[in-house]
Amino acid sequence: MVENVRLIDRTVSRKATVGTLYLSATHTIFVENNPETRKETWVLHSLVASVERPPTTPSGSHLVIRTKNFQVLELLVPQERDATDIHASLARLSRPEKYSELYCLSINPTANKEEREESWSFLDLQADYRRMGVPNNLWVGTPANSEYRVCDTYPSELFVPKSATPPVIVGSSKFRSRGRFPVLTYFHQDTLASICRCSQPLSGFSARSQEDEQMMQAIMKANPGSEYIYVVDTRPKLNAMANRAAGKGYENEDHYTNIKLQFIGIENIHVMRNSQQKIIDMGEVKTPSMGDFLWGLESSGWLKHIKAVLDAGVFIAKAVAEEGVSVVVHCSDGWDRTAQACSLASVLLDPYYRTMKGLMLLIERDWVSFGHKFSHRYNHLDGDPKEVSPVIDQFVECVWQLSEQFPCAFEFNERFLIQLRRHVYSCQYGNFLGNSQKERRDMRLRERTYSLWPQLWKDRAQYVNPLYRADHTQTQGMLRPNTTPYCFKMWKGMYNRLEKSAPPRHSPADLLTAVREETQQLEQELTNHQEVAPRGTAHSGTKQEDSSPDEEEADEQQQRRSEDDERNV
Amino acid sequence: MEFAELIKTPRVDGVVLRRPFQPTVEGTLCLTGHHLILSSRQDNTEELWLLHANIDCIEKRFVGTLGTIIVKCKDLRVIQLDIPGMEECLNIASSIEALSTLDSVSLMYPFFYRPMFEVIEDGWNSFLPEDSFKDLESMTDEWRLSDVNQDYCVCASYPPLVAVPKDVDDDTLRKAAAFRHAGRFPVLSYYHKKNGMVMMRSGQPLTGTNGRRCKEDEKLINATLRAGKRGYIIDTRTIAVAQQAKARGGGFESEANYPQWRRIHKAIERSSVLQESLIKLVEACNDQSHNMDRWLSKLEASNWQTHVKEILTTACLAAQCIDREGASVLVHGTEGTDSTLQVTSLAQIILDPTCRTIRGFQALVEREWLQAGHPFQQRCVQSAYGNGSSVKVRCEAPVFLLFLDCVWQILRQFPCSFQFSEHFLVLLFEHAYASQFGTFLGNSAAERAKLKLSQKTVSLWSWVNRPQEAQRLSNPLYEANSLVIWPSVAPQSLLLWEGVFLRWNRSSRCLDEAYEEMVHIIEYNKELQNKVNSLRRQLAELETDDPLQHTE
Repeated sequence: MVENVRLIDRTVSRKATVGTLYLSATHTIFVENNPETRKETWVLHSLVASVERPPTTPSGSHLVIRTKNFQVLELLVPQERDATDIHASLARLSRPEKYSELYCLSINPTANKEEREESWSFLDLQADYRRMGVPNNLWVGTPANSEYRVCDTYPSELFVPKSATPPVIVGSSKFRSRGRFPVLTYFHQDTLASICRCSQPLSGFSARSQEDEQMMQAIMKANPGSEYIYVVDTRPKLNAMANRAAGKGYENEDHYTNIKLQFIGIENIHVMRNSQQKIIDMGEVKTPSMGDFLWGLESSGWLKHIKAVLDAGVFIAKAVAEEGVSVVVHCSDGWDRTAQACSLASVLLDPYYRTMKGLMLLIERDWVSFGHKFSHRYNHLDGDPKEVSPVIDQFVECVWQLSEQFPCAFEFNERFLIQLRRHVYSCQYGNFLGNSQKERRDMRLRERTYSLWPQLWKDRAQYVNPLYRADHTQTQGMLRPNTTPYCFKMWKGMYNRLEKSAPPRHSPADLLTAVREETQQLEQELTNHQEVAPRGTAHSGTKQEDSSPDEEEADEQQQRRSEDDERNV
Repeated sequence: MEFAELIKTPRVDGVVLRRPFQPTVEGTLCLTGHHLILSSRQDNTEELWLLHANIDCIEKRFVGTLGTIIVKCKDLRVIQLDIPGMEECLNIASSIEALSTLDSVSLMYPFFYRPMFEVIEDGWNSFLPEDSFKDLESMTDEWRLSDVNQDYCVCASYPPLVAVPKDVDDDTLRKAAAFRHAGRFPVLSYYHKKNGMVMMRSGQPLTGTNGRRCKEDEKLINATLRAGKRGYIIDTRTIAVAQQAKARGGGFESEANYPQWRRIHKAIERSSVLQESLIKLVEACNDQSHNMDRWLSKLEASNWQTHVKEILTTACLAAQCIDREGASVLVHGTEGTDSTLQVTSLAQIILDPTCRTIRGFQALVEREWLQAGHPFQQRCVQSAYGNGSSVKVRCEAPVFLLFLDCVWQILRQFPCSFQFSEHFLVLLFEHAYASQFGTFLGNSAAERAKLKLSQKTVSLWSWVNRPQEAQRLSNPLYEANSLVIWPSVAPQSLLLWEGVFLRWNRSSRCLDEAYEEMVHIIEYNKELQNKVNSLRRQLAELETDDPLQHTE
C-alpha cells in the first residue's frame, strides 16, 4: 500500500487525483482520497501489458501502466523507493511463469463443485454439430484422434467424410504439418457443401501423399452437388512458396484432382503484432492532427489486415452458399489464419453464430477445440514475445465491422465483443488457458476453474443489441458484406478508451435497450389490465372478490398482482 | 427566351438508365424546361425526375451508334443513360448542358414551381428578424434593432435590420462599416442567456499596410464589453494570411488600438482550397478499385476531414470563450461570409439547445447564413464534379456543406440531443444546390428582395414545416437537452459523412432497416404508453366513482 499517489488523467487536461495505491495478489487498486466519490480503479495483473518508469522528476516517480485492454494508467509516486518496489512487484505479478499463478487457478474456485461443473456443461459442441446435421450419411465421427493419438493439437472428437478410412486419415495426417489433417468444421445443410480445415501439406517441391490426395477426394465426394473443391490457402502466395523450401508448402494442383487453389493473402502473426502495436502507439499521440491520424492508420496497415481476414471469410462463405462448393482451408499450422477464416465464414453463413450463444459455440469450436494457441498468442505466461499476436482480436473486430454494416443482424452488442476479448487475455476463467484441448485436459481445468460462458450469459441483459429481432430479414440467411475499403472503420470503442474519460455521451443503443425494457413492462401491465378492465367496468364495486368459476388459478393470481401494481402507481 | 429553343430533342424512346444498386430501367427520356425525366410507362416502376439545376456536369461516350451520357449530379449521384442513335444523344447532351447552366436566376425552376401541397405556414414569414429580436428583448435591453441598412446602402450583403449595441447610433455604424470589408460592420450573432455574453461577427477591418484605425469601430465593439472585462477576437485565418491581407487593404485588429481584446488566429481554409478538397474527396469515394492503403491515403490527401476538424475546433473555441471564460467574442475572417458563419453558427449549436430543434435550426440557417449574406448562389453553382470549364470567376465552394458535415459530427456524438435527424441535413445539402424552392436562390437579402422571391417562389420552410414532413425529419431518439454540448474534435471522433459521400456508392438497405427498426421500437413504446395511461385513467375514474355509487 502506498499513500498520496497521484493518478494522472492522460487526456489533455492532465488533471491528477490523489489517492492510495494497493497491490493485491490479483489487482492493482487505486482508491481516490476524495471522501465523496472514493472512486476505485482496478487493474487485473494478468491484463497488465507493460509497466514503465520514466526518469524521476522533482515531484516524484512516474509509473506508466499499459493494459492489454489498451488503457493507460499514469501514476505519480512521491517516494522513489516506493516506485521501485511497485515497479518490481508489478513486473513480476503481471508476468506469471506458471499456470498455477494465474487468476483462475490461484483464486480458489473449488468452493462450489456443482456450480463449477455446471458451468462447463453450459455449451455442448456435439449438440452444435447435430444442429448443423452432422453426423449424417456424408460425414461421420471418427475415433481416430481419441487420446489425441493422431494429432495432439486437435480435439479428440472429429468429423471426416464417410469414405475416409483410418489408413487415409493417418496417412493424410502424416503428410500435414503437425499432423493436422483435413476435418470438418462447418456443414451447410442448404447446399450440402462443407468447410474443412487443416494445416499446410508437407509437399516441399515434389513430395506427395496418396492418402492425403484420397482425403481431399473424399471431401469432394462428400458433397454430391459439386465436382471440385476449393483449397483456400489464407497466406500470401509468396509466403506459401517460401515454405516449400522447408519441406512444407501448398497443394500441387497436378497431384490433386479437382481442386482449385486460392490464395487470400492474410499476413503472418509477426506482421499483425507490429501492425496492432502501431495502432496502439497512435492512440497515445497527444493531440494528433487529422493528417497524423489518417497517416498513422494507413501506415499501421491494420484495416488492410482486417479487410484481408474478412475477404477470406467472404470467399469461403460465397463458395459454400452460392456455388455449393466445399472448401478446405489452411494456412501454415492451421490454427491462426485458418481459425479466423473458418469462423468468419460461419458467422456469414449461419445466423445462429450471430447470436450470443452461437458466437460462444463458434469460439469454443473453431478456436478453443481446434487448438488455437491461446496461452502463447495472448501472453498468459511470461514466454516468447514472438509467439504473441492479436489473432482473435482481428476475428472479433471483423465481427464488429460486420455489425456496423448489418446493425440488426447480431443479437449482441459491441460491449459483448469487448468483454469477450478481455477474457481471452484476463485468465479469470479457465476457458482460454493452455494451447490445446489436450493441455487443458491434462491441467484438469474443468475441475479447477470456472467457465466464462455461463457468466456472460447471466449478464446478457447488458450485452443485448436492441435492434436485433430473430425474425428480421437481416437475421435470415447469409450476410453479404461490402468489403470496399471505405466500409471499414477504426474501432474506436476498442482502441480509444482514453476518450471515455470525457463525460459519457448518449448511446442510442443503451437508450433503445431501456425503451425496450420499458416496453416489456408496459406489455405486461397491459395484459394485466386487459384481463381486469372489462370486468372492472361491469361491476367494479366487487372487483377484488370477483372471480369467474372457469377462471384458472394462475390468472387469478396475476390479476391480484396487477391490482396491487395499480395501487402503487 | 423560350425553353423550347434549347431543347433540340424533347423525347427519345428506348433509353436505358443505369444506377448503382438499383435495377436498370428502360423507357422514354423526356426533356422539359427544368427536368430530365425517364419513364418506363409501366405501372409500379420508378420514374426518374432530375432537375437540370442538379446536374453538375455530363460526359458523352459513343460505341458505334449507341451513345452514353454520364450525368454527374450536384448531390454527388452519378447516373448513366444509354441512348440509341448518335444524333439523339448529341442533341440530348447539348440540351442538358444548356438547360443546366442557365444564366438568369429568374429562369430557375422555383419561379415556375407551383406547390402540390397546401401551404399552412408561409416559410417566408417564419423567421423574420423582428421576431428573433423580440426573443432577444425578453432577455436583455442592451441591444437595439437598427434599420441603418434599410436600403442595403451601408452593406450590400447585410439584411435591412441588424441588432447592435443600444448605445451605438447609426452614424457610428456607418463609419464602422466604412472601416470593415464590404461594409460588414460588427453585428450581434448570438446572445448567451446564461451569462449575458455575446458573439458578434463582421468582415475584416480595413487597416491596410499603414495601420489605419477607426474610433467608431473600436467604440462599437467595446460597447459589448462589461466593465473591466476583456473580449476575444477570433480571426479564422492564420496570422500569416491575415498579415498578407494588409497589402490588399485588409488586416486585423492591432493590440494597440483594441487593448481590451485578445486576438486568436485559427486556420480555416479559404473557399478555393475547400472546393479542391471536395473534388478530391468525392473522387476517392467514387473509385471502388482502391485498396485500403490507397483509399486511406486519398482520404488523407483530400484534407476534407482536416477542414471539418479545424472548423469544429474553432467553433468550440468561440463557444468556450463565451460559456467558460465568460467573455464576449467577435468572429471574422476576410469577407465574413464563409468561415465566419461556419464558426458562429456551429458555436450556437454547441451553446444553444434551441438551435438543435427542427425550427430552431431553420432559424439558425435563416439568420446566420441567408440573412447574414452567405453567397449561396455563387458557392453552389458547381459541386464536386465542376470541371473548371466555366468562364465565370470561380467562386464555388462547399462552405455550407462543410457546416452541415460539422453539424452531422456533433449530431453523431450526441445522437439524442437533436430534434432532427441526419435526413434534415442531407435535405438542406440537396436544396442548397438544386431546389424547387426559392430559399437558397440569390446571394444576399438584397438580391432576394430584388428577385421578389417571397412573392414569386415557395419557401423551403413552408414545405419542411408541414406536420408530415417535420415528422419525417425528426429524430426518434430526441430528448430535449438544455445543456451546452462539447463535441470531441479528436481525429478518431470525426468520421466520414457516409450519408452524403457514400450515399450512392453502397447499398444503404441494412442501415435504413436499422433506422426503421429503431423508429418502430420507439413508436411501439409510445403507443403502449398511451394505452396504459388511458387504462390507468379509466381505472382511476372508476375508483373515484365507486364511493359515489355506494352512497347513491
